[in-house]
Amino acid sequence: MTDLVVEVKELKKWFPVRLGFFKTVLSRQQLFVKAVDGINFKIKKGEIFGLAGESGSGKTTTGRVILRLTEPTSGKILFQGKDITNISEEELKRIRRKMQIIFQDPYESINPRMTVFDILAEPLRVQKLASGVELEERVYKALENVDLIPPEDFVWRFPHELSGGQRQRVATGRALIVNPDFIVADEPVSMLDVSIRAEILNLMFDLRKRYGVTFLYITHDLALARHICDDIAIMYLGKLMEMGPTEQIISEPLHPYTEALIKAVPNPDPHAERVEAVIKGEIPSPISPPSGCRFHTRCPKYIGNICKEKEPPFVRVGKEHFVACHLYT
Amino acid sequence: MPHLLRVQNLSTYYKTQRGFVKAVDNVSFELKEKEALGLAGESGCGKTTIALSLLRILPVGGFIKSGHIFFRNTDIVKLSDQEMRERIRWKKISLVFQGAMNALNPVYKIGDQIVEAIRTHEPEVEKREALERGKKLFELVGIEPERINNYPHEFSGGMRQRAMLAMALATNPELLIADEPTTALDVIVQAQTLKLIRDLKKTLGLSLMLITHDLSIITETCDKIAIMYAGKIVELGSVASIYKEPLHPYTQGLLAAFPSIKAPRTRMISIPGFPPDLINPPTGCRFHPRCKYAMNICKKKEPVLTDVGNHHMVACHLIQKT
Repeated sequence: MTDLVVEVKELKKWFPVRLGFFKTVLSRQQLFVKAVDGINFKIKKGEIFGLAGESGSGKTTTGRVILRLTEPTSGKILFQGKDITNISEEELKRIRRKMQIIFQDPYESINPRMTVFDILAEPLRVQKLASGVELEERVYKALENVDLIPPEDFVWRFPHELSGGQRQRVATGRALIVNPDFIVADEPVSMLDVSIRAEILNLMFDLRKRYGVTFLYITHDLALARHICDDIAIMYLGKLMEMGPTEQIISEPLHPYTEALIKAVPNPDPHAERVEAVIKGEIPSPISPPSGCRFHTRCPKYIGNICKEKEPPFVRVGKEHFVACHLYT
Repeated sequence: MPHLLRVQNLSTYYKTQRGFVKAVDNVSFELKEKEALGLAGESGCGKTTIALSLLRILPVGGFIKSGHIFFRNTDIVKLSDQEMRERIRWKKISLVFQGAMNALNPVYKIGDQIVEAIRTHEPEVEKREALERGKKLFELVGIEPERINNYPHEFSGGMRQRAMLAMALATNPELLIADEPTTALDVIVQAQTLKLIRDLKKTLGLSLMLITHDLSIITETCDKIAIMYAGKIVELGSVASIYKEPLHPYTQGLLAAFPSIKAPRTRMISIPGFPPDLINPPTGCRFHPRCKYAMNICKKKEPVLTDVGNHHMVACHLIQKT
């Protein structure tokens, strides 16, 4: 019935803050880090959906909650039309075959004591999808898929014998080996040299083309996002600020925060004018986020009390373009 | 403008069980006063080793095999360890380390660490005076001076980066080397840090060496670029001329590899293959196994860095033939 792969409704993830014993007794109030604080979006089949924002905006938590690696506090997660917010561990395990994740740091996300073969074979063994000759064939095929060719050169290596780019390929291969429908890619290239980033990103493109895999791509780099994402959502302190088709958002950003993120991208052209209008300071604490619009404390286009007092609604401004800012309401 | 730094035929090797790693091999470049040079290349091409050689703080096994490093007119390769410590290191040349966010000692207050840096190099300075200087430096890098008695964990990543810059500037060096100053930071903090580096360079009249794998950071801050590959400089010139007309296929590859936020959306291009093993680097031009224009001569003869006009130098047989 649906060509949506993921749908997220009013999703919240609050982490309780652990205080010391006395503070807990004295304050009698439970504090929360509101990492994700009521967000809605839909990811269509076969698209690369970008989620962008600064460190601490809640993008990684969102990715993890969708896969239920972290339990949501409230809200709903629909995967291929099915509500997976409260399903049992057992059912979850079956569904996880269809959803995978590639982590940011390939130096930490793969086990240094396992060979490449075992790293790739593990998901198949855990999910009991293949064994014996078939398992071996699938591991070799997965290595070919991620351009580690010839596979027999790589299967018996350990991670320390691989370069950063090769490790990230192994991590990608591991995510792909169960033929998932959906992959969360959490800053998959931010630890890699600029010269090999393109290889990993092009690999994602090819996989989408060949197998129709849908991606949630988490990043802080809008220049990269622009090249690979079809749609993009901009996140700030647990809320979405703007969402829509990537080209439109990058060429005509409406939210001042989106604009700031775009201006912050270093410009390789030495003749370009240096824009100094970078927003000041750092992201405020998500324990007690600013009132009204969460961005008002840093906003270069602050228009008065309304920003401080009233939270702007997430309104539609174009066919698929949404923004949460009082400038547009 | 007089020369501040002249590096001539510098070779720095690391001794390992498998043989010598030729991390920096016969590298020469110059830096004038108040100039900013960007040193770019992939991981493992020897950029950081150059920085460590300039300060003579190579790790165990590393040594300067040959060559000269003239700081003004002193060859610092020939200085004794004591002279190096008393005259050059930190006083004339200081370094912001890679991953600076983690370079602060977590169990000491940041102020005490800055005081230590000042008093190690200028023992005559009183502790209180040093702390005052620390506060002024904090102001300079845009942190509230009252926070000098905080511990590193009370600072965010961007603030720790600023504190490291303050510490590097504590003894008024003439040359500041920044090794991947923004790699661990996200875009907004990166833009703020780059702006701070630009401002400091202007107000203090610093000379700067910026080491990074991201060319766009260099064009934001530097006047000149040196592109390194496998321990060699393959192209050197002004930012404007290299950006306008990159001559070496490796430079062209690097420039094509990162996406632009303005140019039309295209499939991104990468440089195929991996950097070579520096114990047994490829013969001839070290880039030839990954170069799409490789010719016969490239495997046999090493290209020399030649001036093609306008102080734009390149080491490639494609250019030398014409």
